[in-house]
Amino acid sequence: MRNRRPIVFAAALTAGALLAGSAALAADPIRIGFLSTFSGPGGQLGQELLDGFELGLAATGGTLGGRAVEVIKGDDQAKPDVGRQVADKMVERDKVQILTGVNFSNVLLAVAKPALDAGAFVVSVNAGPSQYAGAQCNPHFFAASFQNDTSSEAMGLEATKRGIKKMYLMAPNYPAGKDFLAGFKRTYKGAVVGEVYTAFGQLDYAAEIAQLRATAPDGVFFFYPGGMGINFVKQYDQAGLKKTIPLFGPSFSLDQTVLPAMGEAAVGAFAATHWAEDADDAPSKKFRADFEAKYGRLPSPNAAQAYDTVMALDAALKSIGGKIEDAAAFQKALETVKFDSLRGHFRFNRNHYPIQDFWLAEIAADAKGRPILSKRSLIAADHADAYVDKCAMK
Amino acid sequence: MTFALFAEQLLNGIQFGVTLFLMASGLTLVFGIMNFINLAHGSLYMAGAFLAAAVQAATGSFLLGVLVAIPATAALGAALEFGLFRRFYARNHLDQVLVTFGVVLMANEATRLIFGPVPLRMPLPEALAGSIEIVPGLVYPTFRLVVLAVGLAVAGLLWLVVMKTRLGMWVRAGSSNRAIASAMGVDVGLVFAGLFAFGAGLAGLAGLMAGPILAVQVGMGEPILILALVVTVIGGIGSIRGAFAAALLVGLVDTFGRVMLPPALGSMAIFLLMALILAFKPKGLFPVHG
Repeated sequence: MRNRRPIVFAAALTAGALLAGSAALAADPIRIGFLSTFSGPGGQLGQELLDGFELGLAATGGTLGGRAVEVIKGDDQAKPDVGRQVADKMVERDKVQILTGVNFSNVLLAVAKPALDAGAFVVSVNAGPSQYAGAQCNPHFFAASFQNDTSSEAMGLEATKRGIKKMYLMAPNYPAGKDFLAGFKRTYKGAVVGEVYTAFGQLDYAAEIAQLRATAPDGVFFFYPGGMGINFVKQYDQAGLKKTIPLFGPSFSLDQTVLPAMGEAAVGAFAATHWAEDADDAPSKKFRADFEAKYGRLPSPNAAQAYDTVMALDAALKSIGGKIEDAAAFQKALETVKFDSLRGHFRFNRNHYPIQDFWLAEIAADAKGRPILSKRSLIAADHADAYVDKCAMK
Repeated sequence: MTFALFAEQLLNGIQFGVTLFLMASGLTLVFGIMNFINLAHGSLYMAGAFLAAAVQAATGSFLLGVLVAIPATAALGAALEFGLFRRFYARNHLDQVLVTFGVVLMANEATRLIFGPVPLRMPLPEALAGSIEIVPGLVYPTFRLVVLAVGLAVAGLLWLVVMKTRLGMWVRAGSSNRAIASAMGVDVGLVFAGLFAFGAGLAGLAGLMAGPILAVQVGMGEPILILALVVTVIGGIGSIRGAFAAALLVGLVDTFGRVMLPPALGSMAIFLLMALILAFKPKGLFPVHG
């Protein structure tokens, strides 16, 4: 045994060298900058997106459109200025052709323009700010995820359909919080009996929950990402309100990044979502099984979007023989891309934001007792965002 | 605001206050007596929550989680004190801030490595999970009442120990004048180490009691640390009595500020309070050092 080991090593090295050599001969790899939040409390979401993205690349054999891919990762620390520095380095020094990964809209707004100006494509796996959906829409900017307002709009439609007369709204006091509540109010026809903005990062919601109870609404629509959502949902359940005043939220308040920590407290809440863990189409089943096998946990819709982004890029690049250098052809290919989306119906609108279905999901325990988003009914088919009319795409 | 709602908000404020007191009492003793700024106090709070949640997940027993987490956090505190912090008592505050901040960063990353990025689950036992009607029209979560009771009990116990025992006398002596206390034969090193471990245990207790209410996640110690520092400063550094009064004040002002003031003003009410108090009483409500 001892003697054989060097031979095995030598063989492996040779094989590796041959592989590397042949890839370099075929074409240079496509360089992708994956800028996301990997540290601090927002670090979990960045990891979730990266896991989905890398699972997608594993499914395509580490290639896009037949070409090898080099992914350069960067941490924006959830700060626009830090994100800008890292993105500039990725674009100028690493010459990335696609910038992706960003989870926070304020970071994306800071990094997109310089990257686009330098000639790179920006393909968002998560953040979907309204600016790039409307007047600022850009030929090289694509959001493969969603426009920020759309899942709230879907929940507004659902709440109206259910005949909920009095709704109480809660969100953190920051731009995305206001956007999510604005999206809900755009489509909700009942009365808003309370609209409360709490400090970003607030820990204890007992005071707000007491005020809420005194108002006696028929439902609560809330948007609290990350730890804030865990705090709020646990405390809401402990206050004994879950059964009498149901909770409604966008999927971002109730996905697998927070559900394991919420546990029983979240069961019975409703979410509007573009993907759910119990989706029973073949691509989703495979995705869920692969994700669980690789990472030992269930995926969130965010991971599904990131996986979908890889599939869209791969399909678009395949149709043009991998020639990402031909920007006009790549743009055209992405605009008309057809791929097996985990979300079923998916296509890019004129403003390069998705037209997709939104589902009502209820938080329920799966066979192993883990809380998941469980599909109930279709809320809106082929839902487009509200900003597309302001976009004059070149 | 009806009477029931007012009473509920009052309970919320006091309950939030006693949680802050558990954090601030350890911080103020360490700061006041050892003249040591410990930013890693929030990491000990996080350790308490994670240890309790992990033990509970492994054994299914909330009580066992509590029984393991408090001494384990105290031991962690003692190890930090013995291995690292005692070398920094004689250094200036900037060095102390740097080293303890370094510990905060390392603790966060280590926790992420050990427990993964997903926040942990910490469900309550059946008996504490619901809410009870204290008087007709006033429904309050059972566990928050438990937190309230434990917090008040610890405050009472601390007062007894500090004011009525020989150990407390040493602590007060060290707090008032470290050099003289040392000259009078108090084994300062031992008192410091014991005190640090005790403060760490209190932070662990605060953390594990926050676990069922708040998210058990990496970085959970920092927001509460900032509030505890505010409490420490308002109360007067080194004063247990001051920390208790200031914690209740901050809890009440924060709770009523949030529901009665516009959001921007409500979220900074406690900082306005701090500025106001420091303007008139620069050493806090109950200053210790002459």
